[in-house]
Amino acid sequence: MNLFPHIPSYLGTYGSLIQQQLTMALSSVLFGLIVAVPLALLCVRYPRIYPPVVATLTVIYSLPSIALFVLLVPSTGLTQTTVIIPLAFYSLAALVPNIVDGVRGIPEDVRLAAVAMGYTGARRLVSVDLPLAVPPIMAGLRVATVGNISMVSVGTVIGVGAFGALFTAAAQLNRSDLAVTGIICIVALALICDLLLVITQRLLTPWNQRRSR
Amino acid sequence: MNVLSDAWGWLTTASNWHGSDGIPTRFLEHFEYSVEAVLIGALIAFPLGLLTGHTKRGGLVVTSLANIARALPTLGLVVLLVVVIGVKFRAVMIPLVALTVPPILLNTYEGVRNVDPRLTDAAQGMGLRPWQVLWRAEVPAAMPLILTGFQFAAVNAVANTAIAAYSSFGGLGRYIIDGLATTDYGMVAGGAILIVVAAILNLVFFAVLRRVLISPGLQSRERASA
Repeated sequence: MNLFPHIPSYLGTYGSLIQQQLTMALSSVLFGLIVAVPLALLCVRYPRIYPPVVATLTVIYSLPSIALFVLLVPSTGLTQTTVIIPLAFYSLAALVPNIVDGVRGIPEDVRLAAVAMGYTGARRLVSVDLPLAVPPIMAGLRVATVGNISMVSVGTVIGVGAFGALFTAAAQLNRSDLAVTGIICIVALALICDLLLVITQRLLTPWNQRRSR
Repeated sequence: MNVLSDAWGWLTTASNWHGSDGIPTRFLEHFEYSVEAVLIGALIAFPLGLLTGHTKRGGLVVTSLANIARALPTLGLVVLLVVVIGVKFRAVMIPLVALTVPPILLNTYEGVRNVDPRLTDAAQGMGLRPWQVLWRAEVPAAMPLILTGFQFAAVNAVANTAIAAYSSFGGLGRYIIDGLATTDYGMVAGGAILIVVAAILNLVFFAVLRRVLISPGLQSRERASA
């Protein structure tokens, strides 16, 4: 069996499908991250708001994507936005607990040393706290990225599923090769992005090199 | 188009509550698929998680497996299996189980592996046999994490059962797919709301389960950290 068969032209090309898949998956991770960092820092600063925030995120995370997609259609139409919004919320749910744990896990003596060296407020946050919290943040990013890349395909139910369109075509044309190709492309994209994130983490945390090996 | 009034109209139509495609039947189907997927997943993953956690071996395999499973598109698997073997129970259960195994395996492994060694030493010192150490010390101490794993598995099962409707399987996803096919938006939105209700009921069930199964000594810590 040909692993990368000619795909029916109305579905687009491999290039356009890859582009759509990554646009939807990665922009939702990015939006999730942009909201997650300040939200997590608020939770670290005001520990009382953390339990209700986590409870809310757990509920959001448990809502099936297919239901959220179709409920959003009347507001945002059959567009990529409709797919991006729920996935951004899932990313948020994966990221916030990781960032909170990461920042809380910074040893007190490290923080005191930073203060003693004159780091205060925002500067300490950016140059000491967040870099030290990179490993757990990256763990959250990896979960969100891999999950989103795979979940984008459900968007084909509302006509915007990138590689998910191959599954629709496979079901309609009774062609298993299209389904296999779709699965392989999605898993490959997910694992490549995952690998890139692992490499980024290594580059961002050179001090961890020896320990992590 | 008002989503909520359409959905409400559909949900309050008496005829939608009867028969083989009525709401109670679909709800029960959804429940059956999900429960079965979690139970089969547990049969495979729980013993493996206990084994790897207790022996503290195989961590890399467990974590890589979880990562690959996260990348697998359920919709694609269901469609593929339906094209290859037809609309059979296996075609929906294999993808669902593939998604319930990793969270149970990963959390059981992590939970048992990270039990305070002083606790297991104390249990051994009191004369417990290896099996008893596992059942009476490690498993209860790891219970919060184990239940989190089961909860993730159940969340996956409920969400992906909804997706399985795409290939002519039952469950609540049926309403979304059929509603879209017949442009009956009330049915689509009503079905989506029922799926949301099912997902929330699932979380409530696990909140109760945590109260029942987690030993009283760990409950206060659990509440403080939650």
